[in-house]
Amino acid sequence: MIRIHGAYQLGTSLEIDEAGAILIEGDDLELRADGAWLVPGLIDLRAHLREPGDEPAEDLESGLQAAAAGGFASVCAMPGTRPPNDDGALTEILCHRAAKVRGARFLPFGCMTQGMRGEELTQMEELKAAGCVGVTDDHRPVADPALLRRAMEYAETFDILVMQHAELPELSAGTVMHEGPNSVRLGLRGSPRAAEVAAVARDIQIAELTGGRLHLAHLSCGASVELVKNAKERGARVTCDVSPHHLAYTDADVGAYDSNFRIVPPLRSPEDRDALRRGVNDGTIDAIASDHAPHPDIAKRRPFASAAPGMISFETTLPVLLALIEDGSLRREAVVRALSVGPARVLGLPGERFAGDFTLIDPRCAWTVSRESLRSKSANTPMLGREVRGAAILTIVEGQVVFQR
Amino acid sequence: MSQLPSRDLLEIDGLEPQHVTAILDSAEAFLEVSRRPVRKVPTLRGKTVINLFYENSTRTRTSFELAAKRLSADAVNMSVATSSIKKGESLYDTAKTLEAMHPDAVVIRHPESGAPHFLARHLRCAVINAGDGMHAHPTQALLDAFTIRKSLGRISGLKVAICGDIAHSRVARSNCALLTRMGNDVHVVGPRTLIPPDFEKAFGVTAHDRLEPALQDADVVMLLRIQRERLGEALLPSLREYARTFGVSRALLDRLAPNAIVLHPGPMNRGVEIEPELADDKRSRVLDQVEAGVAVRMALLYMLIGESQSSRAPT
Repeated sequence: MIRIHGAYQLGTSLEIDEAGAILIEGDDLELRADGAWLVPGLIDLRAHLREPGDEPAEDLESGLQAAAAGGFASVCAMPGTRPPNDDGALTEILCHRAAKVRGARFLPFGCMTQGMRGEELTQMEELKAAGCVGVTDDHRPVADPALLRRAMEYAETFDILVMQHAELPELSAGTVMHEGPNSVRLGLRGSPRAAEVAAVARDIQIAELTGGRLHLAHLSCGASVELVKNAKERGARVTCDVSPHHLAYTDADVGAYDSNFRIVPPLRSPEDRDALRRGVNDGTIDAIASDHAPHPDIAKRRPFASAAPGMISFETTLPVLLALIEDGSLRREAVVRALSVGPARVLGLPGERFAGDFTLIDPRCAWTVSRESLRSKSANTPMLGREVRGAAILTIVEGQVVFQR
Repeated sequence: MSQLPSRDLLEIDGLEPQHVTAILDSAEAFLEVSRRPVRKVPTLRGKTVINLFYENSTRTRTSFELAAKRLSADAVNMSVATSSIKKGESLYDTAKTLEAMHPDAVVIRHPESGAPHFLARHLRCAVINAGDGMHAHPTQALLDAFTIRKSLGRISGLKVAICGDIAHSRVARSNCALLTRMGNDVHVVGPRTLIPPDFEKAFGVTAHDRLEPALQDADVVMLLRIQRERLGEALLPSLREYARTFGVSRALLDRLAPNAIVLHPGPMNRGVEIEPELADDKRSRVLDQVEAGVAVRMALLYMLIGESQSSRAPT
């Protein structure tokens, strides 16, 4: 039995013993955590673990441990590895290897199309039977609307979730940041909002046409959130997530070509960022997903446009979001929901959670983000060297403590 | 002499009007050196300047090389074709290699915006941007400013029209930055495919779809080179249509202010940006620009590495 003294529950309703401790079935552990929040085990809908193919950046072990250290009890692993996870045999091997890691629960996504080439469908039923919780072509949009339609119809046959990176690739080809005054000043090719928003509009129409479940990953534009809101009001089975980066930063943070801010979709204007925050607060945005994207130093230590896109975020998601709660930008209940019940609903989990998973968060815990303190193999984050507040102090998966600070 | 605010020259941002004036004043003195029978002064004896060119540009590279040599610095050219850069060496590794050679300044031209900033973060010595992607070409803007001041006697309160491919032009960006900072009324003109929607907001200039309002009473007209590859990118249907709609004709030149001058960073497409024979019009200052280029680059090298400079820690 795990006994936690001094903490209070947010979104859980566990028994309390006569000494006032919260009781969790599982390992034997007793600790004091005054002022900490006990929340349902956090679920990350979108992360890159890089195994197989790019193990110098991250692997299942380092990734799942870093996720657990960041408070995530479960991690959805994107299939855009090398080779991509597009068949059941590879999924089974990955699940087998992940099961040996004391870290977050591994929830793989399989590819929507073979080799993520956007041509032929994957064997989705086999992927699901092997352990995949959904299909997606990761950072590549399934750009052909006819193919997306067939993929959604086929996935719906087996009740499989479809996750889509919504983008019109022709409109964003060669771009490396948001199109606006900042991209013009820096002389960097900018991606207009329309590249995302038009794809979101189109993909929602296709979801409604097929009646299937569509999850739109890492939205970056206020207008996209508006489209999702309208679709939900019509009863469309559409959900969406946002990354902590898009809630915290804007295109102005690119500054003097800081390649840590080279991400896809790009950071946009303060108006977009504020609309995303409102979307989290009012529940239009179902989940906050880390979009953890580790890269080795050599891939980031390059001029802006040729640096690999993405930043790590397993271990910085909580401090980033806690700072936004602290300054009033985000509501605490909305954040907890978007990290737990929200993604659980997107995944269609019974009871809207994994019943034995919990995360204990100390919102005041001060620590410095450094290569030494990060469990991830990579350090591509603009937070490097910064002192932050807030961290997971206990992460519990099925009653088992997988991380303790 | 007014010190420059940074040990690098990466872009116009960061230079205040007094810095620009100081550079131009210093260039006046060096212009005189280039006109002497013996065109060499010992100012930078013992200093090493490396020209690192990732794009072909005979004229800019030669201008920097001459500037360094006339100051008695040792100038070395590293061009992509003859180095390990072609073999895939990263800019980071190149920076570390250069560092080990102990140069006093590295002049870089690179197709990627921000590459000079990257280099400056990893080098102790001064980094001078000789053109990066679509971002900046600060020495071109300074030599244009020098030419304007020399011709018109001032570098503020002027109406300046910049015509052509604004979107892809580092020359346009650096000129807009410098000229607005110095208090000029700057206009850009071209088809909307070649002027980004946010350009006005980004630089505080006025954009036009037609040449007439931009050129009316302008003191300076700056023409930009139209690159043939824009045709394949669906940015222009043909050079003929461009010449017909945005090429500068004699009738248009007559709209300019009485003492107006015409600038072009070169090389010029006669018959595209401008009617063929107008390139040699008396208002053209194209050759003065070339001469100013050497003087301005001498001034910058002198100001950046001429005095004893404390080195900074590279990262």
